[in-house]
Amino acid sequence: MLETVTNIAAALLAQSTPGGTSHVAIAPQRYLDARTNILLGSVLGALIVAYFVGRALRRQPESTANPAAVGTFNQRVRAWWLMCAILVAGFLLGYVTTVVLFGLVSFWALREFITMTPTRRGDHRTLFWTFFAFTPLQYVFVGLGWYEWYTIMIPVYASLLVPARIAISGDPKRFLERVAKIQAGLLICVYALSHAPALLNLNLTTSDGKPWLLGTTASAALPGSNAGLLFYFVLLVQLNDVFQYAWGQLLGKNVIAPQINASRTWEGFIGGVLSTMLVGTLLSWATPFKAWEAACIAGVVAAMGFAGSMTMSGIKRDRGVKDYGTLVSGHAGVLDRIDSICFAAPVFFHITRYFFA
Amino acid sequence: MNLTAPVLAFLAKLLSGATLRWHECQPDTCQRVYFANHTSHLDALVLWASLPGPIRDLTRPVAAKDYWGRDPVRRYIAAAFGALLIDREEIKVHQSPVDLMIGEIGQKYSLIIFPEGGRNTQEEMQEFKSGLYYLSKKRPDLELMPVYIDNLNRVLPRGEFLPVPLLTCMTVGPPIWLEPGENKTAFLKRARQAVLRLKDV
Repeated sequence: MLETVTNIAAALLAQSTPGGTSHVAIAPQRYLDARTNILLGSVLGALIVAYFVGRALRRQPESTANPAAVGTFNQRVRAWWLMCAILVAGFLLGYVTTVVLFGLVSFWALREFITMTPTRRGDHRTLFWTFFAFTPLQYVFVGLGWYEWYTIMIPVYASLLVPARIAISGDPKRFLERVAKIQAGLLICVYALSHAPALLNLNLTTSDGKPWLLGTTASAALPGSNAGLLFYFVLLVQLNDVFQYAWGQLLGKNVIAPQINASRTWEGFIGGVLSTMLVGTLLSWATPFKAWEAACIAGVVAAMGFAGSMTMSGIKRDRGVKDYGTLVSGHAGVLDRIDSICFAAPVFFHITRYFFA
Repeated sequence: MNLTAPVLAFLAKLLSGATLRWHECQPDTCQRVYFANHTSHLDALVLWASLPGPIRDLTRPVAAKDYWGRDPVRRYIAAAFGALLIDREEIKVHQSPVDLMIGEIGQKYSLIIFPEGGRNTQEEMQEFKSGLYYLSKKRPDLELMPVYIDNLNRVLPRGEFLPVPLLTCMTVGPPIWLEPGENKTAFLKRARQAVLRLKDV
C-alpha cells in the first residue's frame, strides 16, 4: 500500500518534470546517506551529552544551578529527542511515514492553536472541516508532490471557504476576528509546516543546474539525500533558537519588544543569526549548497525562525498564556517548539526549489 | 476480559485531548461522588475515561437517558462505560434518582454526577439541583469531589454530532462533606463554589 502511493508519487513527479532538461532527471532520494548519517550521528552524540549534562545539573544544589532554568533545559532536550526520533523514524520507515508524522504534528499544533483562541458555537462546523478536511488534504497533496495544489489550497480555497462557512452558520458577532483566527491557525500550523516534508519531493541540483551528486567519478555518483537536507534545516532552526537565547543571556541589553517577549534582544538576534550562519556554512557538506550559499540561506532561516518565535509570542501575550504547554497542563507544548520551524519552512523550501531544483 | 471499556476510554481521551489534574487531593479507589459542571454530552464519558484505570473500573457516571438511551449505538456505548441512565423527564415519586444511585453503587462504586441537571449553554454555571444534597444526606460517608471541566463544550456543543478535537482539561478539587446542621441552600451554594474555584487553579 505504502509503496504503491510512493510509486504513484514518483510517477507523477516524473511527469511534472518532462525530459526537456539537459541532464537525466534523478528521482529524489528520501533516505539517509553516509553524509546524513554523520550529521545525524553528531546530533545524537550532542543530545546524549546534553542529556547527561541535564541530569548532572538536576542533582546540583539550588545555589549553583537555578532549578527553573535546569527544568527548561531538560524539557528542551526532551523535545529535541522527540523531534529527532520523529525524523529518524520517518526516514527509516519511508517517505509516506515522514509525511504522515509531519501531518500529525500539524494536527496537534493546530489543536493547541485553536484551543487557545476562543471561537464561538457558530464556528463548530468550520472547525470540523479545518481539522478533518483541509489538514489531511494538505498533507495528501504534499505526499503526492502536487506542488500546484499544496501551495494554493489553503491560502486560496480554504481562506475563501472558511469565512463563507462561518457566514452560513449565521453568527455575525466578531465575524472577521473569528475568521482570521482560523485562517491564521491553518496557515501557520498546517500550510507553513507542510513545506518541510515537501523538501523530500525536490529533484535537488546544485546552483549551476547540475544534479546534486555524491562522489566525483561517474560510477560512484549517487544523488544526495533530501532527507539529509530536511534534517539540516530542522537542525539549523533549532540551533538558531538556542543561539538567540544564549547570546541574549550573555550580551542582551536592548529588548526588541518588551510587551511581546521580554527575553528577545537585538544582541541575541544578531548573535543568533551570525552563529547560525557559521554553523550552516560549516555543515554545508550535507547539502547541495556552496559555502557562501549555505551562509546566506542559514541567515534567512535564522531571521525567519526569529520572526516565527516573535509572532507566536505576540499571539500568546494577546491570549494571556505564557506557553502553549501550560495552556492545558500535562501536554507538551508542540507549538512552542515548532513555531520557528513553521515560519522558516516555506522560505527555505522556496529558496531550495527556485535555485537548487 | 472485556476490552470495550479500555478501548472506549482510550478513544475518548484521544479525541478530547483530556488531562486530569488532582488539585490538593489524590486519586483513590474509595467511594466518592465526583460532581462537575455540565457542558457537553461527552462530559460523563470523558471524565470517566480520564480517571486512572483502577478507579475508572469502580466509577459509574450518571447520564441522561434521553440522550444516551436514544438509539442502539448510544445504548451500547453507555453500557460500555457503565453509565447509570437517569430519566430526566419523568421523575417517579416512589423511586427518585437519588435512591436509584444509592442502590446501584452499594458499598463499592463511585459516582459521577452533574448537579446542574441540564447542560449549560451560557458561560455562567447554573444553580445546582438538590440531588447532591439528598445523596450526601443519605450517604454521609461518600467523599464529594468537585470537578471543573474546561473546554469540552467546544469539542461537542449542543445539537452537534461531529466533534472537533480540541484539548480539554479537568481539575479535581479537595473533597467536601455535608456539614452537620447545614441547610440545603447553603450546602448547594458551597458545592457550586467548590467547582467554580477550580476554574482558576
